[in-house]
Amino acid sequence: MTLLRHTPVEIKERKALSINPAKTCQPVGAMYAALGIHGCLPHSHGSQGCCAYHRSALTKHYKEPVSAATSSFTEGASVFGGQANLLQAINNIFTVYEPDVIAVHTTCLSETIGDDVPQITDKARQEGKIPEGKFVVSASTPSYVGSHVTGFANMVMGTLKGFSEKTGKKNGKVNIIPGFVEPSDMEELKRLATAMGVQTILFPDTSGVLNGPLTGEYKMFPDGGTTVPELRSTGDSIGTLALGEWASAEGAKYLDSTHKVPCKILDLPIGLKATDRFIDALRMITGRHVPDLIAHERGQLVDLISDMHQYFYHKKVALVGDPDQVIALTEFLTSIDMCPVHIVTGTPGKKFEARIKEITKDSPFPVNVKALGDMFLLHQWIKNDPVDLLIGNTYCKYIARDEDIPLIRHGFPIIDRVGHQYFPTVGYKGGLRLLEKILDALLTRIDRDAPEDCFELTY
Amino acid sequence: MSTIAKKKKAVKMDPTDIVQDLLKKYPTKVARKRAKQIMVNEAEGATTPEMGANVRTIPGIITMRGCTYAGCKGVILGPTRDIVNITHGPIGCGFYSWLTRRNQTHTETDADENFMTYAFSTDMNENDIVFGGEKKLKQAIQEAYELFNPKAIAVFSTCPVGLIGDDVHAVSKEMREKLGINIFGFSCEGYKGVSQSAGHHIANNQIFKHVLGTEGAVKVGEFKINLLGEYNIGGDGFEIDRILDACGITVVSTFSGNSTYEQFATAHNADLNTVMCHRSINYVAEMMETKYGIPWIKVNFIGAEATAKSLRKIAQYFDSPKLTERVEAVIAAEMPDIKTVMDDVRSRTEGKTAMLFVGGSRAHHYQELFNEIGMRTISAGYEFAHRDDYEGRHVIPEIKIDADSRNIEELEVEACTENYNPRKTEEELKKLEEAGFKFKDYAGMIPDMPNKSLVIDDVNQYEAEKLIEIMKPDIFCAGIKEKYSVQKLGIPLKQLHNYDIGGPYAGFKGAINFFRDIDRMINSKVWSYMKAPWQEKPELSATYVWE
Repeated sequence: MTLLRHTPVEIKERKALSINPAKTCQPVGAMYAALGIHGCLPHSHGSQGCCAYHRSALTKHYKEPVSAATSSFTEGASVFGGQANLLQAINNIFTVYEPDVIAVHTTCLSETIGDDVPQITDKARQEGKIPEGKFVVSASTPSYVGSHVTGFANMVMGTLKGFSEKTGKKNGKVNIIPGFVEPSDMEELKRLATAMGVQTILFPDTSGVLNGPLTGEYKMFPDGGTTVPELRSTGDSIGTLALGEWASAEGAKYLDSTHKVPCKILDLPIGLKATDRFIDALRMITGRHVPDLIAHERGQLVDLISDMHQYFYHKKVALVGDPDQVIALTEFLTSIDMCPVHIVTGTPGKKFEARIKEITKDSPFPVNVKALGDMFLLHQWIKNDPVDLLIGNTYCKYIARDEDIPLIRHGFPIIDRVGHQYFPTVGYKGGLRLLEKILDALLTRIDRDAPEDCFELTY
Repeated sequence: MSTIAKKKKAVKMDPTDIVQDLLKKYPTKVARKRAKQIMVNEAEGATTPEMGANVRTIPGIITMRGCTYAGCKGVILGPTRDIVNITHGPIGCGFYSWLTRRNQTHTETDADENFMTYAFSTDMNENDIVFGGEKKLKQAIQEAYELFNPKAIAVFSTCPVGLIGDDVHAVSKEMREKLGINIFGFSCEGYKGVSQSAGHHIANNQIFKHVLGTEGAVKVGEFKINLLGEYNIGGDGFEIDRILDACGITVVSTFSGNSTYEQFATAHNADLNTVMCHRSINYVAEMMETKYGIPWIKVNFIGAEATAKSLRKIAQYFDSPKLTERVEAVIAAEMPDIKTVMDDVRSRTEGKTAMLFVGGSRAHHYQELFNEIGMRTISAGYEFAHRDDYEGRHVIPEIKIDADSRNIEELEVEACTENYNPRKTEEELKKLEEAGFKFKDYAGMIPDMPNKSLVIDDVNQYEAEKLIEIMKPDIFCAGIKEKYSVQKLGIPLKQLHNYDIGGPYAGFKGAINFFRDIDRMINSKVWSYMKAPWQEKPELSATYVWE
């Protein structure tokens, strides 16, 4: 039996009904970004269900504790405003949980009624509800605008607004805004920068927060995360690298316009070419030589591409996910001679379609691309023009099973597999991992389907 | 070598002191409020003190609770497969309630409708918030109708919908008349009520008003029941159905695990309502009795003995020797396997302790299963229950209506002129009651809890951590949000919302699954690996002599 049995082959335009979304709402992205601040408790200013849903979604994906508080709006607060709830929450949080920072994000509820969080925060400060040396930062993240990626970008921006300072004395560091990526990716970016001899401030940094150890001790505020002094110092850095336009550009531009920290917006360094550009940018900003170690890793990735390319050539791929990830993946797949043919993101942005068309312009096959699309449409495209491989989050497994296509899980959320938070897909090493996964998916399929007569031992 | 698991010792503290310890860090107002929801059980002999429940959560205190929308769309309507459920709102709510509750459903072929794998939403944007979303909602209903041709469409309101004044009921009515299929709306905005419990009520009310009793009889059977408050998490409903079927009992409808629209529409044809989760649905049983004359009883299929007891209760109601005989045969056939596993597991779990903080009935029901393998519940509480779920139904008349509960519509129900049919005569009812049979009876969790155990309503992250630190349970039961913070402490956490990947846990086979899972969790080697050898013995007392 099929799981998505009501999805017709015939595609009709829909104006109002979204089916099987390829995005979720801003606050979950804001919560994720806030978890990348050391000693921070994210706070959801809305009804408690939002916070419960976001904590659940992040926990299911990372298999790690995700603490966050809520203003627990009732009908009264929804009518008269949530100021009293937020003031009480700030007081309770600093008394009971003692974080260094509370990062407040809004919801569709508090945005619709027009709560002014910075004003309420000021009031909390005047009333002495924010202890000495503690901080409240905030971001406006209405769920009815953009997507979870927008929420991530807005919280990055809100945090930088709240903390960054310019003392006039450069700190010699490079700010890196890593995008909405896994903790392991953030760790890998730091490793690469360290290998280059470049000092960085990476924000947000969820490594050590959402891939922490099991030691018999629970730390509500784990050791990881970008510290407050680092966040303050971002205004003194020599430059900012924003990885992924959708998730990271806003924050970088803010530091540029406010503190004159120049910025460069790059693609997420997934795959050979995007990683080349990232390393080259680090080199040019800091004047450092690229060490042999990195050249060696690059060479290994090229070697693997050459070893594997016989299996990849002109294989068709359907891709769905966040724009920054999907753009980088499209480029990587194209660079290894594969052909992304159906490409969807749920996040809005006209530039997305233009960028994908540019990357795939030499494709031998027609390419379908849509921003603000959904998985229902992707599935219909696949029914009309089948593919050899599907890449996307856990929800893709329904399409993969119905259409009998190999699936590689990538993006957010992955809630039916464990371990992804430990293995990066950025950088040359991340490229190796992606290639291994792609080849494994394709060959497992060949092994499954091969007749006994030509079932092979070696590939 | 000693292990962490063996080393830990529960601190001996008087329960009253534990309560004081839990409260001492709170600001005064918070402490005062929480004190009403934390109780040392002294139920034995004494009258139960009033348990604070179904009251607001405190802003900033990290609660386990969800919202009204989650209770309505996620819990109650989530497991019904052939209604197209459209979330009216920004994308998040529809996304988070998409396939996330492990509701299973069974269809025979692809010709059977199943929309549970789909998330439908109006994905409201800024324009819709500013100018209103009714037009978009109408269009979305139209598109859903044209694409899927379903027998019913339901519309769920998210927070902004109530605030901007979109009338989902008027839109549903207009589209119902236009398209000629049943379309109905739910005012289940997240901010209504204090927990998901409000959402259950809103959902059930609308099903009662718009669907129940609208179609004639379909299922034939001699002993026809409805199963209310069973959501088929991890296949629980399948196992209960298997057992009931073996007994020759026909389930006309399940509210709402593995259910269909037709089951709701024909539920008034059952001759007995059996209530599993008292919290989420007892009012439906009450309303059905008034309207259709169907009596209701509380059952519990969690625990092997509890299952046997519930089956016997159903047989006693129908007063048929044939049924009684068959029920006893089924119990006799199932019990030996259970006993074997139970005895084996018990040899490794006897005397261990559990804490349960979940739901509106599970924190009570699952104590049965722990008892069966010799484990003691030292603290428990519900996430969204009301006083009657703790203290028993006799307190219902005393429960004060507050500003939050006033939000939830109470339906005025009268006997149905066409379909009211008392299933038992006054004499028959009297005779059953004299034989000790209890209709509409639920004594709540507290009488079943050990003396001096702690009962805590709406426990929060801070209190949970404190409790574990002081009382050192061998297992903690809660949900996904709590799972990993508890496990970081080296204590296994069993999810009792969605059972992790386990289940079914209901019925006879379920009991076996549960015993095995608890055995695995408590006795896994992993809990002994917390410290490296150099951390266990940090002093370097000798060095290797290299040859």
